Amino acid sequence: MDKMNGAQLTIKLLERFGVDIIAGIPGGSNLPLYDALSHSTTIRHVLARHEQGAGFIAQGMARSSGRPAVCFATSGPGATNVMTALADAKLDSIPIICITGQVPQSLIGTDAFQEIDTYGMSIPITKHNFLVRSARELLEVIPAAFRIAGEGRPGPVLIDIPKDVQLEMIEFADWPAMPQRECVKHYRKQDILQAAAMINAAERPILYLGGGIRHGNAHDAAIRLAEKNNLPTTMTLLGLGSMPTNHPLALGMLGMHAARYTNLILEECDLLLVAGARFDDRATGKIAEFCPGAKVIHIDIDPGEINKLRTAHLQLVGDAGSVLAELLPQVESKNRQDWLNRMAFLKKENPFIMPGADDPCMPYGLIRQIAALADHETLIATDVGKHQMWVAQAYPFCRPRQLLTSGGLGTMGFGLPAAIGASLAHPQKTVVCFSGDGSILMNIQELATAVEQRANVKIFVLDNTSLGLVRQQQNLFFGKQYFASEYQHHVDFVTIARGFGMQAFALGASDDPVATLTKAMQTQGPCLVHVPIGRNEEVYPMVPPGAANKEMIGGENHASA
Amino acid sequence: MQALKESYPCPPSDASGQKVLELTVNNHPGVMSHICGLFSRRAFNMEGILCMPIGDGKLSRIWIQIAGNSHLDQIVKQLEKLEDVRSAVLHPAEHEVFAKLEEYFQGS
Ligand SMILES: Cc1ncc(C[n+]2csc(CCOP(=O)(O)OP(=O)(O)O)c2C)c(N)n1
Ligand SMILES: [Mg+2]
Repeated sequence: MDKMNGAQLTIKLLERFGVDIIAGIPGGSNLPLYDALSHSTTIRHVLARHEQGAGFIAQGMARSSGRPAVCFATSGPGATNVMTALADAKLDSIPIICITGQVPQSLIGTDAFQEIDTYGMSIPITKHNFLVRSARELLEVIPAAFRIAGEGRPGPVLIDIPKDVQLEMIEFADWPAMPQRECVKHYRKQDILQAAAMINAAERPILYLGGGIRHGNAHDAAIRLAEKNNLPTTMTLLGLGSMPTNHPLALGMLGMHAARYTNLILEECDLLLVAGARFDDRATGKIAEFCPGAKVIHIDIDPGEINKLRTAHLQLVGDAGSVLAELLPQVESKNRQDWLNRMAFLKKENPFIMPGADDPCMPYGLIRQIAALADHETLIATDVGKHQMWVAQAYPFCRPRQLLTSGGLGTMGFGLPAAIGASLAHPQKTVVCFSGDGSILMNIQELATAVEQRANVKIFVLDNTSLGLVRQQQNLFFGKQYFASEYQHHVDFVTIARGFGMQAFALGASDDPVATLTKAMQTQGPCLVHVPIGRNEEVYPMVPPGAANKEMIGGENHASA
Repeated sequence: MQALKESYPCPPSDASGQKVLELTVNNHPGVMSHICGLFSRRAFNMEGILCMPIGDGKLSRIWIQIAGNSHLDQIVKQLEKLEDVRSAVLHPAEHEVFAKLEEYFQGS
């Protein structure tokens, strides 16, 4: 018989399920958990400076490793602070487990100090959540949380544990095992054969890969299928890296900030083979005009995504890696010369234009220069804004889980803590964080965490003294009425970083920018590089929100026109 | 697998009459929030709902009346994704469970 309190039981279960790092902040109602954690010899606690930071640190660990990661917050303000990171994980299907303290059950419903309905508040932004009512329930709830977070389409799980449950003593005979994840497979052999027949019969097929490829470890299968049948392949923001950028079949990202040729060739396809993607409006533009002549084969592990926005002619509900591997032997080797010629022609006529690609002080040039200094193992985190889209367009991604970016929720403040989390999970790798002068301020306090943890993160702040992507929309769609998007007061980011005890470099003051960037990339531990960027550097092409993808603004090939 | 309709975006599954959904769910204080929240946040139309524990009280039965022009396929699939939903059965015609209750819902 084992005897312990609920908090000790929680920590022991986390240890048994292989958790080795927890990010969080203590407070009145999770102190028993912290007391139990202080006695753990296998779990390292990472003290964040804001619970949103803790949530994104957990996300950084989960996104880079694929394994569920854990964060802690106290009741009330701790719980409300962590909500944004949970919502972000929900929309991008990231497996994190958030354990919050709650006021004792006797006080629930009395408006007690730091009482908030954490359970009710987190329903719409988690895959599932629990309010634990006895220490014994923990024996079921904690294993279930790990199963749910990782099973099928992954997602965040919240466990709210009242303080009296944390302190309740229980005796029990057996430790629960890690529950088996159920394997989803709702298709038959004949569906595979029909899909293969549709692919073989298509004249202008395109493979469209999303974030599900990374979850399903399906990139190898996807690349082999594309190569065998010569399928031009496009990727969503979260799918980037599924096929290396320099692969001859790779079309890069589709949608709002895609290269012109990518959106144009999608217009012409007659078959769209979709795997682990969900027809998000940033990818499809006006859905009714997306790939107008295409039949759709939709592969997804979540049946709810099939026919949600675009009717599938054939659905294959299951793990993307397994489905693609089963398709491979059934699909013919094809050279598709006409279609590839058409792709090459559209690419030549409508290439992706990268102004300033050779100047390391310009957005594209900076990103290309960092890529040249990085190795294949380097992880890339971004914040949200123009800088994020420049990275998505210009960084040569070579593998899944290399890019950590907030796609579905588009959360400013994601980048720095996510980079710290990735670095904690992969201490031997360099993690680059591209941020903006707006976004970095949304979780700037985590610079302290980065220094304290000696996280190997290199932060590049692209400072255009504005909320750039908002300003760009005002430029294009609101008659240049720049309102609330230009900062009047300029922050000295280099001094701020140094104030946190971090090395910092000012690229604007450097005589030799390449040397400065090289030095930053070679710095041991964390550092920050301030990069001044002109306010008028825009992200092109751009599809106006709500318009069809063929209606792109900017990025024209003036050389050949 | 049958080939589906060629048109898109996906049309409502059925444009006529009301439908009744029968759910078997885990019985705990949060489950109604999960179900009702799903309907409101996905803009699914719920016209009526009944919930009572069944058996030894570990499970509950929920009856939901929905408008016929709803995206029934999506409603069922999203409900089935909820961890607390054990089963979801769609009754194609108007179900007598709501008809029998009519006398309790008279007047304006
Ligand atoms: C938390 C949050 N608030 C507001 C927005 C809306 N928004 C999208 S991009 C953006 C500007 C980002 O500015 P910055 O980080 O400086 O990036 P830039 O576009 O200038 O590169 C804003 C305000 C958002 N995405 N997230
Ligand atoms: Mg900016």
